[in-house]
Amino acid sequence: MALKTKTSTRIGVTILGWGIALWLFFPIFWMILTSFKSEVQAISTPPKLFFMPTLSSYGEVFERASYWHFALNTVIVSVGATAIAVALAVPAAYSMAFLPSKRTRGTLLWMLSTRMLPPVGVLVPIYLLARNTHLLDTCTGLAVVDMLTNLPIIVWMLYTFFREVPAPILEAGRMDGATRWQEMTMVLLPLALPGIASTALLSLILCWNEAFWSLNLTSSHAAPLTAFIASFSSPEGLFFGKLSAASTLAVAPILVFGWISQKQLVRGLTFGAVK
Amino acid sequence: MQAVLEHSPPAGATALNQTKVRGKRTGLLLLSPSVLLLLVWSIVPLVMTLWYSVQNYNLVDPTLHGFAGIDNYWYLLTDPDFLHSLLNTFILVAGVLLISVGGGTLLAVLYDQEFFGRGIARIMVISPFFIMPTVSALLWKNLMLHPIYGVYSAMMRAVGLTPIDWLARFPLLTVMMIVAWEWLPFAVLILLTAVQSLDGEQREAARMDGAGPIARFRYIILPHLGRAISVVVMIETIYLLTIFAEISVTTAGGPGVASTNLAYLIYSRALLQFDVGGASAGGVIAIIIANIVAIFLVRAVARNLEA
Repeated sequence: MALKTKTSTRIGVTILGWGIALWLFFPIFWMILTSFKSEVQAISTPPKLFFMPTLSSYGEVFERASYWHFALNTVIVSVGATAIAVALAVPAAYSMAFLPSKRTRGTLLWMLSTRMLPPVGVLVPIYLLARNTHLLDTCTGLAVVDMLTNLPIIVWMLYTFFREVPAPILEAGRMDGATRWQEMTMVLLPLALPGIASTALLSLILCWNEAFWSLNLTSSHAAPLTAFIASFSSPEGLFFGKLSAASTLAVAPILVFGWISQKQLVRGLTFGAVK
Repeated sequence: MQAVLEHSPPAGATALNQTKVRGKRTGLLLLSPSVLLLLVWSIVPLVMTLWYSVQNYNLVDPTLHGFAGIDNYWYLLTDPDFLHSLLNTFILVAGVLLISVGGGTLLAVLYDQEFFGRGIARIMVISPFFIMPTVSALLWKNLMLHPIYGVYSAMMRAVGLTPIDWLARFPLLTVMMIVAWEWLPFAVLILLTAVQSLDGEQREAARMDGAGPIARFRYIILPHLGRAISVVVMIETIYLLTIFAEISVTTAGGPGVASTNLAYLIYSRALLQFDVGGASAGGVIAIIIANIVAIFLVRAVARNLEA
């Protein structure tokens, strides 16, 4: 930036940048604000910006809505699906990055194409299969579906990270007599750990926010937070305070994860096409 | 799998040729669990959908069964509700794409400029993408747009206008706005990353040559963003073709079928009317449409794989 920008331009950019940011963020800000209001304050007209904050809405969400039950389901499903998917994807990505064959490129593209299958296209068979195997409304059933839908993204993202690890380092390990297993666990994994971590984080975010299968494959027992929040679409949603408190709790962890890892997420979200 | 791994030859002990063969076998074995799972996952449901789509199969009417031929497709294609839902699907996809990609490109350029507090402003802009769909939908439906208690209604009253019951009056448009709010940040996130990879010297040179901001945008930034934009368009299209949660939570497809898209129609046929055959025929059509888009996406990514 050798040239100086005109001061007026800079002020204009600052105002525009902040104005748009505040406008887009406003609904989230308002949700967090409303979660600290009492139900009466939450529906006051005109809406109040300044008020005595209270935790009563949070209290209700914990006491009456068994929030922990749904939160636990979300954690079990997202962590379970992510752990299994990463465990399957690390060897696959290793194989394609370091032992490439003529078919590697085709395999990668085929994996990408499986991600393109619209979930609604296979809603009927998956629903019936889940029902017949008694996996309907279970965390296992939902986790399996989430794991399979995310597996291609995870393999891809790990592949792009592994490709950045210089092969000579791995070869050096092998010269010293390391087996493939040792090579993978003791040489590659430590080197690629940041990449694996951000891959796992993307998978967690996608599973946590997944709504289509959650709404269709679970009802009460295994319902995760996405489905729990959807239950507020009934007139109960007009308890703005409670709705806001439950929503704030449901999105807070992912919002923070997203802020931390936004840079690395781009790679996974675009299958490495944009870095 | 571990047993196989231990079979790998110690380095130098075997001939190079043998190592290569072993390497190939190990590679295949490491790859096979993922490939086999995805193979089952992508073929079994697909074949089942195709099979059901030519069957008379209703979960509440067991007397109705047997081969249906193309009847399910015929009923679907001549059903005005289906055609309406198809139209709604395209309107939703096109509208959200226009807003998110158009706006996203401009915002990516804006947030590439240096200004006070840019880091925080960027985080605020990207945030809506991380909000789960059911929360975004209810947040807009109740806290923002509710005709009596919503903030937007209060703002309209404050300037002397009559608040509008958005979801009742303009259901499809309102759903589109909610979805665009979720996906605009995605476009900004991807395109901003792409803008930042643009060579600073090139831009500086253009500026020295006296190119104004519009010329710089048109002839330097936009061509550079070309591939990123096409990737964003295709990924968003794949997701937008099957918008479901936002509709389910806000309008339930209504009033009538005013905000029913293909995904919601298939859902209501399958799980509300238990018409497995008809829903499967719809599913096949959804798969065909998604595949047309997918071909282009796979090609764009394949080109990148060479590099």
